[in-house]
Amino acid sequence: MSAPVDAHLDQPPAVTSLRSKDLLGIAELTPDEILLILDTAVAMKEVGERPIKKVPALRGKTIVNLFFEPSTRTRTSFEIAEKRLSADTLNIAIASSSVVKGETLADTALNIEAMQPDMIVMRHSSSGACHLLSRICRSSIINAGDGMHEHPTQALLDAFTIRERKKHVNGLKVAIVGDLLHSRVLRSNIHLLTKMGAEVWVCGPPTLIPTDIARFGVRATSLVDEAVADADVIMMLRIQLERMEGAFFPSLREYFTVFGMTEARLRRARPDVMIMHPGPMNRGVEIASEVADGPYSVILDQVANGVAVRMAVLYLLAGGAEHEAAA
Amino acid sequence: MKRLLKGGRVIDPANGIDAVLDVLIDGDRIARVGPSLPVDDAIVVEIPPGLIVCPGFIDMHVHLREPGQEHKETVATGTAAAVAGGFTAVACMPNTAPVNDNANVTAYILAKAAEANLARVYPIGAVSRESKGELLADIAELKQAGCVAITDDGRPVATALLLRRAMEYAGMFGLPVIEHCEDPSLKGDAVAHEGYHAATLGLRGMPGACEALGAERGILMAELTGSAFHVAHMSARASLRAVRKAKDVGIRVTCEVAPHHFTLTDESLASPIPYDTNVKMNPPLREAADRDAMLSGIADGSVDAIATDHAPHHYDEKKVEFDRAPFGIVGLETAVPLALDRLVHAGLIRLPRLVELLSVNPARILRVPGGTLSEGAPADITILAPDLTVRIEAAVLRSKSKNTPFDGWELRGGVAATIVGGRTLFVNPAARIALS
Repeated sequence: MSAPVDAHLDQPPAVTSLRSKDLLGIAELTPDEILLILDTAVAMKEVGERPIKKVPALRGKTIVNLFFEPSTRTRTSFEIAEKRLSADTLNIAIASSSVVKGETLADTALNIEAMQPDMIVMRHSSSGACHLLSRICRSSIINAGDGMHEHPTQALLDAFTIRERKKHVNGLKVAIVGDLLHSRVLRSNIHLLTKMGAEVWVCGPPTLIPTDIARFGVRATSLVDEAVADADVIMMLRIQLERMEGAFFPSLREYFTVFGMTEARLRRARPDVMIMHPGPMNRGVEIASEVADGPYSVILDQVANGVAVRMAVLYLLAGGAEHEAAA
Repeated sequence: MKRLLKGGRVIDPANGIDAVLDVLIDGDRIARVGPSLPVDDAIVVEIPPGLIVCPGFIDMHVHLREPGQEHKETVATGTAAAVAGGFTAVACMPNTAPVNDNANVTAYILAKAAEANLARVYPIGAVSRESKGELLADIAELKQAGCVAITDDGRPVATALLLRRAMEYAGMFGLPVIEHCEDPSLKGDAVAHEGYHAATLGLRGMPGACEALGAERGILMAELTGSAFHVAHMSARASLRAVRKAKDVGIRVTCEVAPHHFTLTDESLASPIPYDTNVKMNPPLREAADRDAMLSGIADGSVDAIATDHAPHHYDEKKVEFDRAPFGIVGLETAVPLALDRLVHAGLIRLPRLVELLSVNPARILRVPGGTLSEGAPADITILAPDLTVRIEAAVLRSKSKNTPFDGWELRGGVAATIVGGRTLFVNPAARIALS
């Protein structure tokens, strides 16, 4: 792999297309491909600021949004992105539980595939579900979150948001705090941030730190103050209320006492620190409302940028400019 | 009918034999083993140079799936796979549907085995009724019907108390208790080994300690009861440590290791095929330190047996999300090439030790006939072609299921022929041996 690079926005990207037909995770992307997506997203963001927010880039393309897990933010964001690119879209929401005794994922995918979609955007509760789909489908598979594995477009929109503010990712200290063990956002962000040359710290209770975390190329600590000290960016991860309390730490109240992001803790970070959260937030659990709503928070910028980044991903996987010329 | 296997290297560790000798088979028995035996009225079978004649291999951990899961495997297809893999006998696990917890099921399995008339089948009965971990199964009746051991395999015996009672009770008949060692609370809903690869792939992991706790518990119960305890499909270095310590102080414990656990590591979760359900088994593929520990245990004698944990599953069942796929892979037709390639040719052990692991010790642990070429022993013979290049092809396996991670592997060493009770049931055309 080439050394982490972080070209300036005014330089042309080193690559002009993605190698894979799918976006399964950040792990499979090169730094140049990440930059291509982020640079493309800049142009896409501009589309969203026009009075008529639509371009014909994906006209005639069919995209299926296949969601096996409830999602408001990500599904809506993909759908808006698809519509702004003039794709024909279809949403299929299936409760995971009802699939257990019914059709297999492979059969569901093959049935959808028989109707000739160009892309399938999938969220699924099983890690690796998108890999399974990519092996049996000709369509492009876009991972909108698979189990505890990856959520690549979230990491891309996080990086886009960081670049918007800081102009680069290389050399920044990024602290990621929360439930590391179950977080697909964490895994995608670790891949992306380390590939782009950031110094990544992760922080959470030892019960929620994945095995062998050091081999991920990050520093791990259970001391929030250490993670936050001089941080340029702080990413808070969601605590999944329903399965945490009593099992991984004693109580939500105690979690907030030890790990909650408060204004007092924030003072140890750099004065221009950015506070990020992939949502949905638990106010008063992982993050104090004063911080979430405060001047350092870019949480709503993340949501806004999600559309542009997903437009870029869809556009590039559809073949980018090449496809547009042929259409 | 008499047949004289002439000029092969005969390895019979039970009799301290490793020499070029002739083996005279009379009907279903070994008549004589010796140098340049007189031909008399026997049909002569010349053993080509380089081939090894040894007592038939016994796989002491196989799932034949019948009754109840015949879409995965039957006694007939499983024993066909066994002889093709060089095994003259298999011991089959009781987690069928219904569970082999009573003499009727045992009799059914043995009837199917007689009908198939291929490898010998030694049923293993359940420890508890329906393997539910509540009440003891009819252990004496299981023994009478032909069971050679008891286990609740697929899961550990539910409580230490039940395990203790099972060992006390089975000890009266000399039946070993075989344990799927695992602490259920530490396993939770894990699907892989807890390590770097499961962590990156977002798969829930179980640590080696999960297995070792089960091994330690069984060893303590063996010490308490004085009965024989056998650790099935050992994979974790902490389990091996426990077994070694127990053996040192004279506790009656034995253990087996499966070929996938001495060959692969959890790296297979990520490559060559990420989330390949054919690398999902329980216990899981562990990290390199565990795999290397299994190799060292095999080399130094701490490990008693190689057993496949042959676990056929239909392709529909494996073509699902990783966490929804059943645990297990087939192993009967890949074990011998893997063992020859990874253990013998790698310089870890010599052939006589391999024969101990695959024949002598399984026979001794289960107290079944075989494991030797002594005069009068059943004519169960495995002939090895240790230098043959073997290419594993999932599609042509005899097993009804093809769930193997070794598809396409090229290995050095294979089976030349398999003889059960004097009948030649498998001949590998590539080995150029004129057996019929």
